[in-house]
Amino acid sequence: MISPVHTLSPRTPKRWLIAISLLLVCASTLQAQDWFKTETSSGADRIRIAVADFKPFTTDPQTAPFKRTFDATLYSDLANAGIFDIVSKSLMPQSSPGAPAEINLAQWSAEPASAAMVAFGSLGVQNGRLIANGFLFDAKNAQYPQVLAKQYNEAPSEDSARQVAHRFADEIIFRLGGGIPGIAETKIFYVKMGGGNKEIWQMDYDGANQHAVTHLGTVSLSPRVSPDNSRIAFSSLGHDGFQIRMYSLLLGRMVNISNAGGTNLSPAWAPNGREIAYSSSRTGDPEIWISDVNGGLARRITSFRGPDVSPVYNPRTGAQIAWISGRTGLPQLYIMDSDGSGISRMTDGGYATSPSWSPNGQFIAFAWNRKYGPGAPGGQDIYVMEIATKRWIQLTHDGGRCDFPSWSPDGRHITYANTADGRPEHMKIWTMLADGTQKRALTSGGADMPNWSWK
Amino acid sequence: MSTTSTTLRKIFVLAATAIAISAVTGCHKKASGIDPNSLAPMPAAAAPAPTASITADPLAIDLGQSVVLNWRTQNATVVTIDGIGEVNANGTQTVAPANSTNFHLVAKGDGGTTEANVRVTVRVPVAPTVPANTSGGDMGTDEAFHQNVQDAFFDYDSYDLRPDAQASTQQAASYLAAHPAIHIVIGGYADERGSAEYNLALGENRANSARTALIAAGVAPNRIRVISYGKEKQFCTEENETCWQQNRRAQFTIDR
Repeated sequence: MISPVHTLSPRTPKRWLIAISLLLVCASTLQAQDWFKTETSSGADRIRIAVADFKPFTTDPQTAPFKRTFDATLYSDLANAGIFDIVSKSLMPQSSPGAPAEINLAQWSAEPASAAMVAFGSLGVQNGRLIANGFLFDAKNAQYPQVLAKQYNEAPSEDSARQVAHRFADEIIFRLGGGIPGIAETKIFYVKMGGGNKEIWQMDYDGANQHAVTHLGTVSLSPRVSPDNSRIAFSSLGHDGFQIRMYSLLLGRMVNISNAGGTNLSPAWAPNGREIAYSSSRTGDPEIWISDVNGGLARRITSFRGPDVSPVYNPRTGAQIAWISGRTGLPQLYIMDSDGSGISRMTDGGYATSPSWSPNGQFIAFAWNRKYGPGAPGGQDIYVMEIATKRWIQLTHDGGRCDFPSWSPDGRHITYANTADGRPEHMKIWTMLADGTQKRALTSGGADMPNWSWK
Repeated sequence: MSTTSTTLRKIFVLAATAIAISAVTGCHKKASGIDPNSLAPMPAAAAPAPTASITADPLAIDLGQSVVLNWRTQNATVVTIDGIGEVNANGTQTVAPANSTNFHLVAKGDGGTTEANVRVTVRVPVAPTVPANTSGGDMGTDEAFHQNVQDAFFDYDSYDLRPDAQASTQQAASYLAAHPAIHIVIGGYADERGSAEYNLALGENRANSARTALIAAGVAPNRIRVISYGKEKQFCTEENETCWQQNRRAQFTIDR
């Protein structure tokens, strides 16, 4: 396990924090007039950060490859965090300081690097252990520059070099990103096509470490990981059609869940992890039901002719559910209280599917084909709607069919599936910032239905 | 000089062969007693021959199951597996071959080429032969069934039975009344547009529309099983209305 040996408290000047908060408040009141904010568009300038290559401190032959992995992972974690203006490697000073005594801060704060923050440190394999010392310095504070100092001591492997970089990145993001934990250690669960079947797979948030979770030899869909990362609920095709299945990530095997007839689909975890909502047609018509995680104590929440499917809880309160209903024709996005009362239709037309509720409870991301008409631009794209106002923004454009958005736990990122030419075998999993920028593919073709872990 | 190098090469070839054999046959390392590190040192200039091994777990599967291939190579620059293509020097991959397959691995390096093989046997189930018409349990023929119980097709995003389907429901109900031994499965299908989860719910509604019509026409509910496939199984995979119409259906089959 990774064990930080010593942690120094951050020495960020209070005045700086106050200034930033004031800026945030001012910016948000100004912006609230005509637009809404996601976590990535807080109105504050992004912090300019330089990420120095770590200094090798042993000559062990493993040091060089592990350091390469560590450097690349740390840089990409911070570049993808969505809160930094990262200093390009070509603008950074040539030196790679390994310890506080070795850094010349003036060099980093001056042009062309112009860094406000510098992450640096040393890494090496010593006595069969991978040791990393990481520092974060405030380049503008000559007197007390140290914001963060961390030491990691791990069994040496490619994977632990990556995990240590993720942990250090998350520490930096937590300190500089308004106290919201970083996502570098989170996972994405998804569906992978192969040999006519679909199995549940998982990968790290950056697309590394892709591997199969289930080997059921059938079509499995809609993986949803529990809030504590202990189980995956999904639906799977068997003798009686699609049924909810449950896989324990702790036991490494399937665990029992009872399905009481009909087709059972698209599970969603309540944020307390004690209940699941899903679509069940046990009464002959697909409706939203809620049961405990073993399938017991099931109760029906909706009751209206037509398909009701794809429920998702408000992860902040657990008191509301968004879902998709075809009760008036084409599928539309609705929300209701989790006892089935207070139904409100959110979309005014088109074909809306696959809602994902943002961690702060304010937004719903979903897939929407707004049906511009024959020959007109647009197709099935990812949208984010602010629930209080029903105002929406479109995040993907002209890139082919998009579906299954899923929020990262920090609310700054959205993962989704996209196929440029509409063919399912070309469907890939992508991530982007919640404002639609920094799109990048995480997988090759044949991957679908991503679900971001809760932590 | 030349004799020394020839001897060395001989030793080297012998060693490489021994390693390759032990790797391919999966001998226990301890039992084989050959430690590659204890062999005579290689001349620095000559590149060592690659070593390669490949295993499959399990070695025999039923059709539709998958196998984990696991391969290890050393000193190879290019590693390929027939049917998979170029792969990493060491790796694992899950494959689901449709019939028995020889996975043939070729490791090419500066020191030559080494091959390794593993055979995966796929047991293909033989369809059970339907016994000829037996008195009392007359299931009729598949041809007669599909002639009389015709699949119902639906409009886009709709699960209401069209007039043509309602007419054929009567014919289907009377055929089923004449063949009381038949139980049926109704599969609900949707075209490939739209979202997978919604299409599964829509397929369920389509199959249930057909089921409701049959029950209304007198077929006992316990003779009917409903499965929605949504857009997970397609009859036709082109992107045009003719093809999409083929996929928007409730399909009737005999539940055996």
